[in-house]
Amino acid sequence: MKVLVAVKRVVDYKVQIRVKSDNSGVETQNVKMSVNPPDENAIEEAVKLKEQGLANEIISVSIGDDKSQDVLRTSMAMGIDRSILVKSQNTLEPLAVAKTLKIIIDKEKPDLVLMGKQAIDDDSNQTGQILSALLNWPQGCFISNLKIENNKVFISREIDEGIENLETSLPAVLTCDLRLNTPRFASLPNIMKAKKKPLETIDIDTLGIDTSSKIKTLKVIEPPKRKAGIMVNDVKELVQKLKYEAKVI
Amino acid sequence: MSVLVVAEHDNKNLKSSTLNTISAAEKLSEDIHLLILGNKIEDLAKSSKSIQLVKKVIICDHEKLENQIPELSSPIISNLAENYSHILAPSSTFGKNLLPRVSAQLDVTQISDIIGIESQDTFIRPIYAGNAISYVQTNQKINLMTIRPTSFEKCEEAGGDAAVENIPFIDSEVKTTFVSREVSKSDRPELGNARVVVSGGRGLENSDNFKLLYDLADKLNAAVGASRAAVDSGYIGNEYQVGQTGKMVAPELYIAVGISGAIQHLAGMKESKVIVAINKDLEAPIFNIADYGLSSDLFQAIPEIIKELDLLNQIES
Repeated sequence: MKVLVAVKRVVDYKVQIRVKSDNSGVETQNVKMSVNPPDENAIEEAVKLKEQGLANEIISVSIGDDKSQDVLRTSMAMGIDRSILVKSQNTLEPLAVAKTLKIIIDKEKPDLVLMGKQAIDDDSNQTGQILSALLNWPQGCFISNLKIENNKVFISREIDEGIENLETSLPAVLTCDLRLNTPRFASLPNIMKAKKKPLETIDIDTLGIDTSSKIKTLKVIEPPKRKAGIMVNDVKELVQKLKYEAKVI
Repeated sequence: MSVLVVAEHDNKNLKSSTLNTISAAEKLSEDIHLLILGNKIEDLAKSSKSIQLVKKVIICDHEKLENQIPELSSPIISNLAENYSHILAPSSTFGKNLLPRVSAQLDVTQISDIIGIESQDTFIRPIYAGNAISYVQTNQKINLMTIRPTSFEKCEEAGGDAAVENIPFIDSEVKTTFVSREVSKSDRPELGNARVVVSGGRGLENSDNFKLLYDLADKLNAAVGASRAAVDSGYIGNEYQVGQTGKMVAPELYIAVGISGAIQHLAGMKESKVIVAINKDLEAPIFNIADYGLSSDLFQAIPEIIKELDLLNQIES
């Protein structure tokens, strides 16, 4: 089985987000960037499938500028065999991302595509679902458990009500929840080894797809700040305040 | 033009997220149609037609639609799309799972998790887990939108008499079969919808201690929530998680117990009207956004609160 993992380079989840002073977006210059967290779960799952002998080749794909090589190298340090960078200067919307991935998938012919359930920058939560529909492959979203046996795929999905269990088949597109696994840290020797693993670069303009933005960002602002309230001295005061001041109980 | 709202339901009742989404649709058009895809949904169609804002209830009733497999339901939505300027679904796991497939089928970009509607083509949505708010505009032939339920009021469920239209089921070849759903049963209100939420964090120390929170929740007719730390520590199931990676809630009263207030948790609850934080660590960031903070050992404070509430009830009765 061949597994393809889609990876996005995003502002590190620990970084305090700053809105640009001209309200055109969020500051990403001179900010620590990392692998999108649930994409790390997707990488980890692919590496586990290889360790279990279920996958024989695992590859990662990212779309972005040259700097996105970082996240692909990270994926290879975690155990991915080789990577593809689709070079694009522009930020793509999920539909364009899915169309781009489809072209790579048509060429690479993986049996399984894994990615994070959403990117923590744009928070769209769309790409996996769109890709599944474009490929006409089964879709499994927000998975927290995966078992593959005799070409059968058993997944558990995190839904609002609890957990949903589905059975499907390969090829499939699965999007990963943070609860799927605990991504490993890349060891220093593996980081060194990853530098020698193959990383192919493809220019997005050679793929012949429409990647133009359909959505215009008018402005990006800071969310309204919530002011800190008061400290109460004891439970009695708290309950009195809730009853007679806030009137919520 | 008309607006189509895709209903989230359990084949018996509409989820409240559907009512929030209908309210969002009201900002776009007076001609709101509600699409219910499900199995044995005649009664559901009957109860839904009384929603005042809904002009037409469209139902597609088929056994294969029992479990909301998006590969089956999305083509039915896409097939109706040309009649509508906007198609809306709640940005619950139901809507997130479903609507992007329609985006693929119609070749239009979907706008996710809308918290405000400025005009027919301009929408407000949070990015970076709510740490920035983006105003976006689109001029596509059709607007596909998921709506954050907590950002819109629930619409009235009575007072209307909408027409009901049955549409035929369109079969698609689907390789996915439903196995089971593990749903925690509770008499408490639904987390995303409760007037009061009582949430516990790592400060609770173990799952047994969550019983304290349940007692408090029952006194307040509240839903129970939890921080990711508490969920990851195995104190309580993930369906209770409030935060960026869990549920978004905006109740009238949110009581955070033993929760430090990580950014990712705040993203899920900072829209609550009144926030109470109970934590023995005075430095906990949760106090920076709380309306009322109590620096105290929660194992003493919670039983005391329950006692005070009982006293209040006695005085009132």
